[in-house]
Amino acid sequence: MTMKTISFWLGLAVPMMALADDWSQFRGPNGSGVSEAVEQVREAPEVAWEVALPGRGLSCPIVVGDKVFVTAASGNEQGTLHVLCFSALDGNKMWERTLRATGRTMSHKKTNVAAPTPCSDGKRVFALFSSNDLVAYDLQGNLLWLRGLMLDYTNASNSLGMASSPVVVKETLVVQSENDSESLALGIDVKTGVNRWKMERPKAANWTSAVVFGETVALQSSKGMTGVDPMTGKVQWNYADGAATIPSAAVTKKAIYVPSNGMTALVPEADSTTQLWRAEKLKPGTASPLVLGEALYLVNGSGVLVKADLATGDEVWKLRMKGPFSGSPVASGGRLFIASEQGDLQVIDPSGAGEGKVVHTVALKETILSTPAVSGGALFVRSDGKLWKVK
Amino acid sequence: MKRVHCVLMGLLMAGAGWTGAQAAEGYEAIRAVGLEGAGNEAAGEAWNRAAGAGPEEMVAILKVMNGANPLAQNWLRAAVETVADRARKSGRFPEADLAALVKDTTNDTAPRLLAFEMLMKDAPKVAEALRPGLLKDPAAELRLFAVAELLEEGQALKAKDDKKGAVAAFKKALDGARDEEQINALAKGLRDLGEQVDLPKHFGFLMKWQLIAPFTNVDRGGFDTAFAPEVGVDLKAKYEGKGSEAVWVPFESKDEYGMIDFNEPFGMLKEVTGYAYTEFEAGEECAAEIRLGCKNGWKVWLNGKLLFGRDEYHRGMKLDQYKLPVTLKKGKNTLLVKCCQNEQTEQWTVEWRFQLRICDATGTAILPKS
Repeated sequence: MTMKTISFWLGLAVPMMALADDWSQFRGPNGSGVSEAVEQVREAPEVAWEVALPGRGLSCPIVVGDKVFVTAASGNEQGTLHVLCFSALDGNKMWERTLRATGRTMSHKKTNVAAPTPCSDGKRVFALFSSNDLVAYDLQGNLLWLRGLMLDYTNASNSLGMASSPVVVKETLVVQSENDSESLALGIDVKTGVNRWKMERPKAANWTSAVVFGETVALQSSKGMTGVDPMTGKVQWNYADGAATIPSAAVTKKAIYVPSNGMTALVPEADSTTQLWRAEKLKPGTASPLVLGEALYLVNGSGVLVKADLATGDEVWKLRMKGPFSGSPVASGGRLFIASEQGDLQVIDPSGAGEGKVVHTVALKETILSTPAVSGGALFVRSDGKLWKVK
Repeated sequence: MKRVHCVLMGLLMAGAGWTGAQAAEGYEAIRAVGLEGAGNEAAGEAWNRAAGAGPEEMVAILKVMNGANPLAQNWLRAAVETVADRARKSGRFPEADLAALVKDTTNDTAPRLLAFEMLMKDAPKVAEALRPGLLKDPAAELRLFAVAELLEEGQALKAKDDKKGAVAAFKKALDGARDEEQINALAKGLRDLGEQVDLPKHFGFLMKWQLIAPFTNVDRGGFDTAFAPEVGVDLKAKYEGKGSEAVWVPFESKDEYGMIDFNEPFGMLKEVTGYAYTEFEAGEECAAEIRLGCKNGWKVWLNGKLLFGRDEYHRGMKLDQYKLPVTLKKGKNTLLVKCCQNEQTEQWTVEWRFQLRICDATGTAILPKS
């Protein structure tokens, strides 16, 4: 095989897989919230560009290659659902597609129909809405398939709105539609949109999102956490000691840190889980925790950032930030980034000998309820009206 | 179906690489998508061809949406949007054809609404000219635009102390209004000017019911338990209830939004089930929607047939939260509503109530013959 041939095949292959710099789902790689890209966000980033969005949304942007994808909802009863693609370089809108909601769009006024974050396998982008409309496009905006999960499962809805974000693993899109009535999770073939499996889930409202641990998808609920084989839906392990229904777990390659009885560190194994520690005083609020280096970071309900020892769960320090927060922190280059509801995007250096320090704030001056994406040394943040690149 | 067949036959002339038969088959494949992803693969292949059509095909594709299910309409919507992208770039955006499609009310709401939305963005003057004609439109979503215009006009006249003009504008708008927010704004505008507004009649709320309670709902078990009223309604009967005898009592709502509140006759009970019964005299057999708002577990029966039920508690309530399509028979129709209260004790879980109205698909009240 000649170098030319190798280059040709590499050229074909590159767009077909998620790159290290991609931020392809809620809280990025595996749902960890931590960027592993070479180019890191600098300490004092500034707004590089901003663009207007056509509707409301709490969903986070995702980044695949040079494209930023974001969802929104607009119109009477939030009945028009938007999927938008922008150039990561300059914010130029590359395409926009819309759907009419086929499921119920009612939600609490603070949230809205565009609450779940889309995800991508590097070839396709999958967008889910609180109305349980689910759609797949290729990266150029060509429709691949769509589903109306509330048409399929007529009581799979939550009158407060749903927010669990899908994840894609091994050619399977895992979708949670968990609520008080017809509560379920689905594994969907990414190529056809047809179910590989359907699983009954605890009958209780749940806004958490799955994380990916190894080759299993970890589904959190009020009952605990369940590891599922994405191809078959077969339960691999189960933790049944209860868990939060708003903040989602933090994950590393070695363990899952579950908002359960405070925080509980678990190592999933075949058919069981081993509990490393439990810290009942660690109580995450709406924001989901993350692991950076040898520390666990969480934001409590008072807007205080708490650092805990990853090995023990012992609290190391607390830092009051400018809150309150609905979005979660993300990490890049050893720093944490989080946007407050008032639109203050704060940069935290947690590395000092004492407590951490807010080293920079970007005042975006709009209500922000979502979590940033990280890619190409930049943060991508959205409000109900705007999408920003901050670099 | 005849209309759709004509459109599909019309596509026999379609270009963009489709032969006539292929085009018809392709659109049928898209229209055949169903539940749980059925038909997605065939639709995906057809969609690529449809999305490759020229601007001159936009209206034809929109018309394929007529009579299609909501999933198929979304497939076709994406094709239209893709074609529209190219039409904009080529300067061949078919605004006149789109305006004609909006005006033709034999088309479904979905294609007309999409066409109007595109006109608002790409040809705002054309859309503006269409707005006043949408006040009595069969699509509630399109009425919004005409009502908004009249609401603004009324408010401007009111600000100029032109009471007569403002009242006329508000009344005209209210006649067409089907959106709760707009109706509230118009009712306020009229009442501020000393006018009477009968909201229960405008919405079509059913205000007079017979209520019975308390049956049990301990452990939320009442939702799936068929208590006596589900077996047969006997308004003179009494039953052993949860902690007290369950008897039928008459109830007439005094609430403008037709709230039927079990707490009023029975007290603030928890873990209980109640039923509400009423009769509706329809002047003729007709398609209708029973629209319900409820934050308790509920089931609804029309003429003894269960329409739907939902076991969700205290997650929120709104007007028209649930829309249940039905056919009313001429003469007496019976309605039975089951309303379950759960065990939660927080202040925000006190409500044990529902609101129900009967209307057509546009939201226009269907009033009883009597």
